[in-house]
Amino acid sequence: MTNLHLWLIPLVPVAGFLVNGLLGRRFPKALVTAVAIIAAAIPMLQVADIVLHFSSLATPYIESHGAWIATSAFHANFAFQLDQLSLVMLCVVTGVGFLIHVYSIGYMAHEEGYWRFFAYMNLFLFFMLTLVLSANFLLMFVGWEGVGLASYLLIGFYYTRQSAANAGKKAFLYNRVGDVGFLLAMFLLVAHFGTLSFGQVFAAIGADPALHGGVLTAIGLLLLLGACGKSAQIPLYVWLPDAMEGPTPVSALIHAATMVTAGVYMIARAHVIFDRSAIALLAVAVIGTATAFFAATMGMMQTDIKRVLAYSTVSQLGYMFLGCGVAAYSAGVFHLVTHAFFKALLFLAAGSVIHALGGEQDMRVMGGLRKKIPVTFWTMTAAVFAISGFPPLCGFVSKDEILYQAFVSPTPAGKIFWAIGLLTAGLTSFYMFRLWYMTFFGESRAAAHEEEASVHARHDSRLTLEAEPAHPVHESPKSMLVPMSILAVLCVIAGALGWPEALGGTNWFSRFLASAASALPGGGSTHLELILAIVSTLVALSGWYVAHLMYYSRRDLPARMTARFRAIYGLVFNKYWVDEIYGALVVAPVLFIARWVLAMLVDRGVIDGGGLLAGYTAQGFGSLAARIQSGNIRSYAGWLAACAALLLVAVYFGWTVHFGIR
Amino acid sequence: MVPISWYLILSAVLFSIGVAAFLIKRNIITVFMSIELMLNAVNLTFVAFAQQWHMVSGQIFVFFVMVVAAAEAAVGLAIIIAVFRSRSTLNVDQIDLMKL
Repeated sequence: MTNLHLWLIPLVPVAGFLVNGLLGRRFPKALVTAVAIIAAAIPMLQVADIVLHFSSLATPYIESHGAWIATSAFHANFAFQLDQLSLVMLCVVTGVGFLIHVYSIGYMAHEEGYWRFFAYMNLFLFFMLTLVLSANFLLMFVGWEGVGLASYLLIGFYYTRQSAANAGKKAFLYNRVGDVGFLLAMFLLVAHFGTLSFGQVFAAIGADPALHGGVLTAIGLLLLLGACGKSAQIPLYVWLPDAMEGPTPVSALIHAATMVTAGVYMIARAHVIFDRSAIALLAVAVIGTATAFFAATMGMMQTDIKRVLAYSTVSQLGYMFLGCGVAAYSAGVFHLVTHAFFKALLFLAAGSVIHALGGEQDMRVMGGLRKKIPVTFWTMTAAVFAISGFPPLCGFVSKDEILYQAFVSPTPAGKIFWAIGLLTAGLTSFYMFRLWYMTFFGESRAAAHEEEASVHARHDSRLTLEAEPAHPVHESPKSMLVPMSILAVLCVIAGALGWPEALGGTNWFSRFLASAASALPGGGSTHLELILAIVSTLVALSGWYVAHLMYYSRRDLPARMTARFRAIYGLVFNKYWVDEIYGALVVAPVLFIARWVLAMLVDRGVIDGGGLLAGYTAQGFGSLAARIQSGNIRSYAGWLAACAALLLVAVYFGWTVHFGIR
Repeated sequence: MVPISWYLILSAVLFSIGVAAFLIKRNIITVFMSIELMLNAVNLTFVAFAQQWHMVSGQIFVFFVMVVAAAEAAVGLAIIIAVFRSRSTLNVDQIDLMKL
């Protein structure tokens, strides 16, 4: 059996993190770049090598590096696992990760803390690869927490800006809520199966065909809570839009392509558990569908280019959950892959636009950029068409697979999921083309940005190192355009991996994943699939048409519709006031308890008060006793004589027996 | 032969006079003398009991006490002279530097 040295894959990035993190401050920029890029490239090459030899491997391939926890009742090893599912994730993480590292060279070139940025990025890669490669829930949880840490550090990268620091904190806390679910699920697993190893847990479930629902439902729902936190699903999605405070490559890598898909990966990984619990599976589908729809409506009204993409990410993650929720795990994972391509590209292109405009993110002051930054425009166009679901781009293939699987799923609610998913596809197409038109078409509305010489940290940050000289709108450097072009090509061709049988393909992807993430449920017919594909294409086209109408040919329409539907517009524009509701229901009471009950009453009252009381009591007795020490010799003599007399009396009456004096 | 109780009564009277003088008198030399008086009252009991029980150790103790008293007198008088030089008074109520 060949030894793949899987441990090297996460270890190389952590070495890059240590070198850059400890010494990077003193390194010249070129050296920091070299260390970071090499640390991202080696895992990619190793994964490429594994891909070439994969067909000759016995899967799952498990590599154990000694015991981590060894008690009589419970064992956990530092074990890595490679199967089809983790291989797919590895390809996405290392491939997209490497491209975004390259992109960051250009994007972050003028930023203060260049070394810090790349150190964090390498740290993220380390934890993400640990998460993907782990062979048990415990090691997975380490990666799970670690990517949360890296995400926190990178969201708060411009830490002198209050909003960025708050966004990082918010992301961390919302993730923590989900992590509680993951932890409790692990406790249940240990209590019930006595192990956390994927292989042993799933084998134990497989050996007991009667095991349905019950504890598996509980585990599934708790895992789902964890996935909701990490993958920004209702009710824990609110951190992701705020996470856009981080630099754009971070949004592309962590908050679009890799980390936020960890929840989907986890559900696909634990599909054995979900397969045995109809309730947990239904919950996944319901949450996914609801998130996909609501996030899409919220994305329609945003004016910040990155926030549109953030809501779009939440919405697309909802699709992946929907795919998993109708037991079509490979469809969900396939959408994960294509989404990683097109959404990373969308973010990178948006970053290129922001770069071109010197830090401007508001779409209302963009426009007319098509001719000025053509490469960005064309790559973005590929991604927009892909996410909107136009054949033959990758987004069409994966989204359609999910919708088709929802339609044919035996769940009675399947048709409803399909209908909402279809509506969401229309909304997606609408808001993406809205972004496309507002950014690239029409006349430039950017009047003021040319004197705003700054980088991406915006104007209220002190972290801008060297103010770029004022320059007109410019195309980004090669290091940014090349990764974007590669991703654009992937957007166009990746659909071929899972090209559906109804359209003459073989759906190679779902066959490939079948052994790791259960085969797609059969049913339906090629006719049906064809009809559904045509319907969803028509929906995407109509979304495009409406966007064209509102933001290209008749610019007055949006304002008039806003005036007409003021109530709904207000509701959606304010994102259903979810942040405000959470603030009032959770944050305010917690702050109240923390400030008044815990800080004032318990900390200052009980703890500080107890200490002060002890101190003052001792001082009081001390000052009483100090009066004896008057300094007057005759008073000392008086005390001495009085006490001696007392002693004499005591001896005389025999009281001293009680004190042991004879 | 004089009974031992007479010695003891005399000793107690002397000791009490010493204590009373120690408490009442303000002149530091008188206070010092009252201490000597108490020591000698104790010496008297030692000698009386030594005679009564025919034990020599009581008499030896008396010598110790006398040596200590002599040393104390030497040191004490030196201190009194030093105090008087610096403060021009022998009133103990005014010598209260150790007061808080």
